[in-house]
Amino acid sequence: MSGVNRISGAGRLTPARTARFTFDGRTLTALEGDTVASALLSHDIHLVGRSFKYHRPRGILSAGAEEPNALLDVSRDAARRQPNVRATVQEVFDGMKVASQNRWPSLSFDVGSFNDFLSPFFAAGFYYKTFMWPKAAWHKLYEPFIRRAAGLGVTPTEPDPDHYASRYVHCDVLVVGAGVAGLAAALAAAKAGAKVIVCDEQGEVGGALHHDIGTVIDGKPGYGWAQQTGKALAAMDNVTLLTRTTAFGYYNHNFVALVERVTDHLAAVDETLPRERLWQVRAKKVILANGSIERHMVFANNDRPGIMLASAGRTYLNHFGVAVGKRVGIYTAHDSAYEAAFDLKRAGVAVPVIVDCRQKPGEAVLEEARNLGIEVLTGHSVVDTSGKLRVASISVARNGGGGQRKIAVDALLVSAGWTPSVHLFSQSRGKVKFDAATERFLPGIYAQECLSVGACNGTDDLQATIDEALAAGELAARAAGAKGGAQVALNGRNAFEWTGGMIGAAEGAGADKTVKAFIDFQHDVCAKDIRLAVREGMHSIEHIKRFTTNGMASDQGKLSNMHGLAIAAEALGKEIPAVGLTTFRQPYTPVTFGTIVSHSRGSLFDPARKTPMHAWEEAQGAEFEDVGNWKRAWFYPKAGETMHEAVARECKTVREVAGVFDASTLGKIEVVGPDAAKFLNLMYTNAWDNLKPGRCRYGIMLREDGFIYDDGVVGRLAEDRFHVTTTTGGAPRVLQHMEDYLQTEFPHLKVWLTSTTEQWAVIAVQGPKAREIIAPLVEGIDLSNEALPHMSVAEGRICGVPARLFRMSFTGELGFEVNVPADYGQAVWEAIWARAEPMGACAYGTETMHVLRAEKGYIIVGQDTDGTVTPDDAGLSWAVSRKKPDFVGIRGLKRPDLVRDGRKQLVGLLTKDPKVVLEEGAQIVADPNEPKPMTMLGHVTSAYWSPNCGRSIAMALVAGGRARLGQTLYVPMADRTIAVEVSDMVFFDKEGGRLNG
Amino acid sequence: MLLIYCPYCEEERSELEFRNGGDAHIARPTNMAEISDEEFEAYFFLRDNPKGVIFERWRHIHGCGRFFNAARDTVSDRFIATYRAGEPKPVLDAEPKTPATVETYEALEGAAQ
Repeated sequence: MSGVNRISGAGRLTPARTARFTFDGRTLTALEGDTVASALLSHDIHLVGRSFKYHRPRGILSAGAEEPNALLDVSRDAARRQPNVRATVQEVFDGMKVASQNRWPSLSFDVGSFNDFLSPFFAAGFYYKTFMWPKAAWHKLYEPFIRRAAGLGVTPTEPDPDHYASRYVHCDVLVVGAGVAGLAAALAAAKAGAKVIVCDEQGEVGGALHHDIGTVIDGKPGYGWAQQTGKALAAMDNVTLLTRTTAFGYYNHNFVALVERVTDHLAAVDETLPRERLWQVRAKKVILANGSIERHMVFANNDRPGIMLASAGRTYLNHFGVAVGKRVGIYTAHDSAYEAAFDLKRAGVAVPVIVDCRQKPGEAVLEEARNLGIEVLTGHSVVDTSGKLRVASISVARNGGGGQRKIAVDALLVSAGWTPSVHLFSQSRGKVKFDAATERFLPGIYAQECLSVGACNGTDDLQATIDEALAAGELAARAAGAKGGAQVALNGRNAFEWTGGMIGAAEGAGADKTVKAFIDFQHDVCAKDIRLAVREGMHSIEHIKRFTTNGMASDQGKLSNMHGLAIAAEALGKEIPAVGLTTFRQPYTPVTFGTIVSHSRGSLFDPARKTPMHAWEEAQGAEFEDVGNWKRAWFYPKAGETMHEAVARECKTVREVAGVFDASTLGKIEVVGPDAAKFLNLMYTNAWDNLKPGRCRYGIMLREDGFIYDDGVVGRLAEDRFHVTTTTGGAPRVLQHMEDYLQTEFPHLKVWLTSTTEQWAVIAVQGPKAREIIAPLVEGIDLSNEALPHMSVAEGRICGVPARLFRMSFTGELGFEVNVPADYGQAVWEAIWARAEPMGACAYGTETMHVLRAEKGYIIVGQDTDGTVTPDDAGLSWAVSRKKPDFVGIRGLKRPDLVRDGRKQLVGLLTKDPKVVLEEGAQIVADPNEPKPMTMLGHVTSAYWSPNCGRSIAMALVAGGRARLGQTLYVPMADRTIAVEVSDMVFFDKEGGRLNG
Repeated sequence: MLLIYCPYCEEERSELEFRNGGDAHIARPTNMAEISDEEFEAYFFLRDNPKGVIFERWRHIHGCGRFFNAARDTVSDRFIATYRAGEPKPVLDAEPKTPATVETYEALEGAAQ
């Protein structure tokens, strides 16, 4: 049995095809093709949730994407669970579990509904006024309370097991919506030979033809014509027809994002299919045919379960074969709702009354109502409703006052008319215009290559819609360059012409401050809340929106915005266009994070860069640290060693014997050309003309403002060839910086720049035995101090592989950096290691590298500098040429603030207690007893335990630092104050003799 | 996502391939070391941030790697023209004034000021 409300012979589903699902634990049978909403209604279930603020019982309001009430928790299994699913969109599949939300202990008895009685305390903007004092209550009381109350559903806790796909596609014409207008436009564009994509959010094409059975197109019933046309389109080579696909965002340059729901409606998930697919479409022309959305009537207690949109009532009857009640009343300001009454009446459902707030509805619908024997009360309004968990009766009164008549109903279909869906048009930055005659916003000025057709363009008449859509389809195809084929002609007619519509509160919603006449169901915003906002001084619609939260729920005010605007305009005494419309934003309907993230998760979220020696390092048990995207060996613990012990051992071993270090991540740029030296003169503070081939120099790169940007050793291989190194993290931006100047400021220089970072594997061999380790492996290079002194470079072979051998040191020891083509990196490393290990040398990681360089006072750009440090601040003024007429930063260095006294300068700090290691980032003061806020002199930039000095060492930026040598300063911490002495930055081998072995 | 015509590759490519490089047509003074504080301020710090047409630099960083210039409308993000570095500013047609039928809040806010 697929439901007591299922009417045999009605609807388009096949009775034999059933699916079973549970709702709050109760097993129910649905028909294949049902939405959760139609299946629940077939079992006469209207109550599906509790409202957000007042916990009022709520039912299914619509039959589409605009649904504000019926938000349910839908799961397939423990991991595949999604909260806040719109019951009107989600199709039923066999085995589905559905649960209601925002209620405790149960849907029919909800403790939270107490809020409804407290509602005077929850007036609009209450959260701006309450919870203000006492201040201390925030943490313990208010915030936990608000957090518990906030949000409707419960987020899943397990990782999402599904996968998602993403696709880029170009087309001539993208048609959004596959109702009458969309299908006609797509047909015309496709027949003209254009490459067409048509998408529609529903499971089948047809749009409003789902409910409107009075439409005949090309001599066929509208829905049948739509299916036939959809099939014909799908069969064409130049057409992609996507159903269950929502165009959710219209971005720049006709870039439209679509989400296709691929598996959410299937009982058995095919693991080879993505759950959802993101289509990123770039269309030459876009045709918007996204229809219109029916508005509800705003009157007292209009939110009881059983009160729903008239078109929804028609959809459930005409498409799903479900009557939404046994005694269904109608309350309308628009002729379209009459057809709901006619359809229900003909299906055998009692329709006790049509209440129409207008004096003069359309003649044709009035006559048909009379023919069918339905009572029509024109010039009347529904002024109240009753019923605890479902509407039981309506109270009707003549407009302008008079006696009330109570009419028993078990459902009430309402319509205040139709709002053209200008969401995507507005997202495209088109400007809407207000049509005063029909009280609706319509597309006005187009900002992009798109056309609106049909209901979303305010075109009401069916033949006019068809003609407009056919013309637009052909025009778009021609404009996109299509040259083919035949023109299309179609004719269509409606059962009735529709007139009417209203926006704002109906009679009986009243000016009463206590009446709850809802405009925004999802956020519990009533007509009175808008008026209150205006009284409290909100005059802009954007302020009214935020104060009341009208239109801010996940339905984004699809039903409520126009009503809210009209009530605000009335309260402000302004015309509607003068109040203004809030801006439509992407996405049109909620989009899952999975769709947006797609494959970019887990190991594909951010690629890892690995050096050529990575596998060896891993095999040696190295711990790694992330430096940008690089994985760098951090330290190499031996069995049982802590990090501290491993680093201490590595530090001692390098200075006593030698160490081998993977420096491959250093940025490398080959600067080549007759003007290479001239170019480097401009890019670095140093002078390069006088650097002889075969020698190296430490270079500092500034920005134009005079602050240190990067540093590195530059080797000159030939008159016209330099091997530039950069910091590991700085390589891309340094190349960009160089390219920028070369291309735009110094294009007359003949220079080529090539990134060679990943071309070279770099093996640093440092320590007293460094030369002895590599000597037997090197061919063609004299390694003596005389032939290859500190800061020189030579090309030759190592292990038979072409190599650039640098004699340089970032440790203060005798050192070499072996550069070999990346593919040989691991082999050469292993050859070096085979010599180093028996001598007692070690492999060391970045932590030891940091300690050793700090022992020597070598800076790290980005750690000891922060973008506000000049070369002089860092004690590097010796590296700034005073003879060059120009270099980047030369003028910045002369700015008054950069040459004033008292700037922060880089100095060393020695703690009075040598065992205490400072915290990097800790602040430094002169007087530890100064009342707060204390005068802060600077901060610690680097701090380590130095195994070679046998004490803690630190570097710090301190105001007037170099003039404070020998002074005692203080580092106040949370639990104690640490006394430090200012020193120079060289803590080990002050004479530098070890560089020569 | 913008679609940008690279004047070197001579085709429209997705914004993903490009990086913005700030205002165009700001030449670095050739006598850099000698300019006054005011001249340096004007060269390095001061920019217009116009509502409307801006001339700006772009680099086709994941394509040909070249810097080029573009005239873009900062309101609509429409590219009016792109041209190679070193070429003079193109002469642009006068932008049609948007008629006053705009109802979004941003437009009204502009009118209120």
